[in-house]
Amino acid sequence: MSYTSTEMMTVAAARALDNDDICFVGIGLPSAACNLARLTHAPRLTLVYESGTLETKPHVLPLSIGDGELCDTALSTVPVPEMFQYWLQGGRISVGFLGGAQVDRFGNLNSTVVGDYAKPKVRLPGSGGATEIATACHRIYIVMPHGPRAFVETLDFQTSLGHGRTGRERRALGLKTEGPTLIVTDLCTMRPDAETNEFEVATLHPGVTRETVLKNTGWAVRFRSDFGETPPPTDVELEALRDLKARTARAHGTAE
Amino acid sequence: MTEFLSLHDAIARFVRRGDSVALEGFTHLIPFAAGHEIIRQRLTDLTLVRMTPDLIYDQLIGCGCAKKLVFSWGGNPGVGSLHRLRDAVERGWPHPLEIEEHSHSAMAHAYAAGAANMPCAIFRGYLGSDLARVNPCIRSITCPFTGEVLASVPAVRPDVTVIHAQKADRRGNVLISGIVGVQKEAVLAAAKAVVTVEEIVDELGTEGTNAVVLPSWTIAAVVEAPGGARPSYAHGYYQRDNAFYTAWDEIARDRDRFTAWVDQEVRRAPSDRATRVTS
Repeated sequence: MSYTSTEMMTVAAARALDNDDICFVGIGLPSAACNLARLTHAPRLTLVYESGTLETKPHVLPLSIGDGELCDTALSTVPVPEMFQYWLQGGRISVGFLGGAQVDRFGNLNSTVVGDYAKPKVRLPGSGGATEIATACHRIYIVMPHGPRAFVETLDFQTSLGHGRTGRERRALGLKTEGPTLIVTDLCTMRPDAETNEFEVATLHPGVTRETVLKNTGWAVRFRSDFGETPPPTDVELEALRDLKARTARAHGTAE
Repeated sequence: MTEFLSLHDAIARFVRRGDSVALEGFTHLIPFAAGHEIIRQRLTDLTLVRMTPDLIYDQLIGCGCAKKLVFSWGGNPGVGSLHRLRDAVERGWPHPLEIEEHSHSAMAHAYAAGAANMPCAIFRGYLGSDLARVNPCIRSITCPFTGEVLASVPAVRPDVTVIHAQKADRRGNVLISGIVGVQKEAVLAAAKAVVTVEEIVDELGTEGTNAVVLPSWTIAAVVEAPGGARPSYAHGYYQRDNAFYTAWDEIARDRDRFTAWVDQEVRRAPSDRATRVTS
């Protein structure tokens, strides 16, 4: 089956999750990836949305973080302060998914402003849960489309900590959580170097060249010596994803 | 003692120019009808507090009601930007807007601290984030037992909190179920609280294991306002109008189109009409 680069990105992110994960899910691509994992290889994957829904199994993807569907299909729904106090800060979440307008080589993220904070060129939505998700979850997966304005040498604003400006800030801050261990884009997957924590290309998606990744990355990105190709989406993965998207479009009354 | 008032009278009595006001509801049960009444009554210089400003604060900001916004995520969920918020921050229209920006965790802790009559919230947060650099309300405190440095923000103590709930009984006890959000904390943190409800019933009943009941003596006024959360939703009553949230992107993008929409749908609408929104 042929597929789009967004489908490849969603499938690659879904594959990083397994049955034992307890996943803090954001809206958009992370939500699609987490539910795809649950519908394919990881049926016991636990999904938690910041609206307070614990162990939710939505039939369609929510448009917002607090759609009724998430509550209807949850094991339990807790108040928002409890979600952030006991469940996130309490260290109960294994994986957090994050994205943003900008990411740097150490997986630090900007979802606040483009330009100067006091006089922004573009005012973005802001942190939401991201700032503490980035430090409280055991590890972080970053999912965002590749592009030179998104994969930047220097962030305009650091909303959420990755490995810090030096790559080694987490330990200095007393954090015991791992931070970002994976970036999935529409071109490739990236993993941090074991020594420096600088993200390097681990696999290229089928048909993507090194040059395309270099052109779309704002820093001089390295490739792992053993970098390979991302296995293409299987028919099973694509059918599950497309069914999910079609159900969602019908439920939200939007054409896709 | 809880009073049962019309929407007009409840807002006129309990929301004053210059107040700090929290209209809460995490995606679910957003008090749109009450927000529209604030627009109709031309209340200005408000400090608006809300974790997720959503369309209702986009509308209040675009109408010039807000002097300051305290928030943690200012987008149109699943759609994109809040264009009125952006216009105010980026270009100062209709006038400049002061912002105090937090993370969700900080806001949630700050509401809980307010409800608990604490001066500040203490939590593990803001590590490695530039937010602490741009917001002077983000500080730190040292644990007297372990020496650990923790984040601290002031408690949220609104002059008035306004929420929408499913039901009140005839004594004014209020029931919220479904995604209960931060409403209990927002009500208990406030000097006074106004609650709009879908219906007033003889018995609240218990629905769902996560139902929250607010006793009448925590609430200043109850207003019957069926449909008062539209285009947000009321679990068990009506669904979120996702198509309207999508359509809002185009309406709010343009100043004239936005103003025409507010004139038609809010300013000329009677206050006892449930928020009818056509997409």
